[in-house]
Amino acid sequence: MAFLWLLIWEVRSPSLHPCSYGSTLRYKGVERMKPVGKHSLIGASGELSDFQEILRYLDELMLYDNLWDNGNSLGPKEVHNYLTRVMYNRRNQFNPLWNSLVLGGVKNGQKYLGTVNMIGVHYEDNHVATGFGNHLARPILRDEWHENLSFEDGVKLLEKCMRVLLYRDRSAVNKLQATNITEEGVTISQPYALKTSWNLAAFKNPTVGAEGSW
Amino acid sequence: MPIQQANWSPYDNNGGTCVAIAGADYCVIAADTRMSTGYNILTRDYSKIIQLADKSVMASSGFQADVRALQKVLEARHLVYQHQHNKQMSCPAMAQLLSNTLYYKRFFPYYSFNVLGGLDSEGKGCVFTYDAVGSYERVGYSSQGSGSTLIMPFLDNQLKSPSPLLLPAKDAVTPLSESEAVDLVKTCFASATERDIYTGDKLEILVLNAEGIRREYMELRKD
Repeated sequence: MAFLWLLIWEVRSPSLHPCSYGSTLRYKGVERMKPVGKHSLIGASGELSDFQEILRYLDELMLYDNLWDNGNSLGPKEVHNYLTRVMYNRRNQFNPLWNSLVLGGVKNGQKYLGTVNMIGVHYEDNHVATGFGNHLARPILRDEWHENLSFEDGVKLLEKCMRVLLYRDRSAVNKLQATNITEEGVTISQPYALKTSWNLAAFKNPTVGAEGSW
Repeated sequence: MPIQQANWSPYDNNGGTCVAIAGADYCVIAADTRMSTGYNILTRDYSKIIQLADKSVMASSGFQADVRALQKVLEARHLVYQHQHNKQMSCPAMAQLLSNTLYYKRFFPYYSFNVLGGLDSEGKGCVFTYDAVGSYERVGYSSQGSGSTLIMPFLDNQLKSPSPLLLPAKDAVTPLSESEAVDLVKTCFASATERDIYTGDKLEILVLNAEGIRREYMELRKD
């Protein structure tokens, strides 16, 4: 499972859909990104049931925030801090929530992108990733991300990364959702597929250079 | 059935190096801003330094989640101290607090290697160096973290600290000027960055003196 997030004037993120069960690709239609309040979006890799529990924690958090009814609303920075404390606390009890979380959002014109993992390690950056994304996508993002990335270019960049992951991560499927977060709110796209090409000469005749192999 | 070994560890090493040098009327505290895990770089711009009080600055490397938790605990305790005593904590007081906080988790330690720097009540520079469970000592200079094995011998050579066994006790603070000490720190990190894979990206330097606090940055190699 991989997650990619990109910080532009809004925040963008795609995620690949599947949920494995050991080496079985058990579920191919799971949504791993959810909005949190008005300003943020959470995405998760790892244990799906633990993610569902985290969503329940966040529901409760947002409920109590709304009950104050004072015009204030928790922004992405605050939600990220809360999640970090939750993850760290469970790690301290030797009973971790087995997830890598990504938290992004925009509030009062300020964009935010952060991540936290199951042992509580957390940071903010202009682009973050989970799992294989750290190995395959972040180098591309480091090379091609810049401050004035337009929304369309951001999409293209993320799709470029997701394509690489699709080719190289054996637990990936060609079904992803992209999200866009702006001051106005969070929009999660419908699942879609990337164009891929398996039309490589090496795949057509794999044994041509290796006598006796199959 | 073979004996199962635990394969989940509550710890990780996020790398990085910290250095502090005490002067006659200043203190320099520095750390790189790279955060890594295994052979990956997570981010190139994460600060390991925190100002705990007017005259106390702590730099910590090791397991980032523990470092951050430790910083929050000390910040909170300092707030309470200010409420109760109506003054800032002195650097030696903060030093003791840090030691006690670390030892409190002696049997599930904060994997945090700290260096505390600041000015004592006489305005002289002070540096305290720690291990993960709170053992500490006031020194003239110190380094902790992944690059400390590369930096410490160099500092020993350049700063020629007097033996703590001498009587009468000789001052451990360096006679170097503030700018000479800052240059020395930059040299340390440039060198450590060459050979330590966990050190690099950017160097953050804080200088505390009678005028207040000053921050400086220097680019380091990103490979």
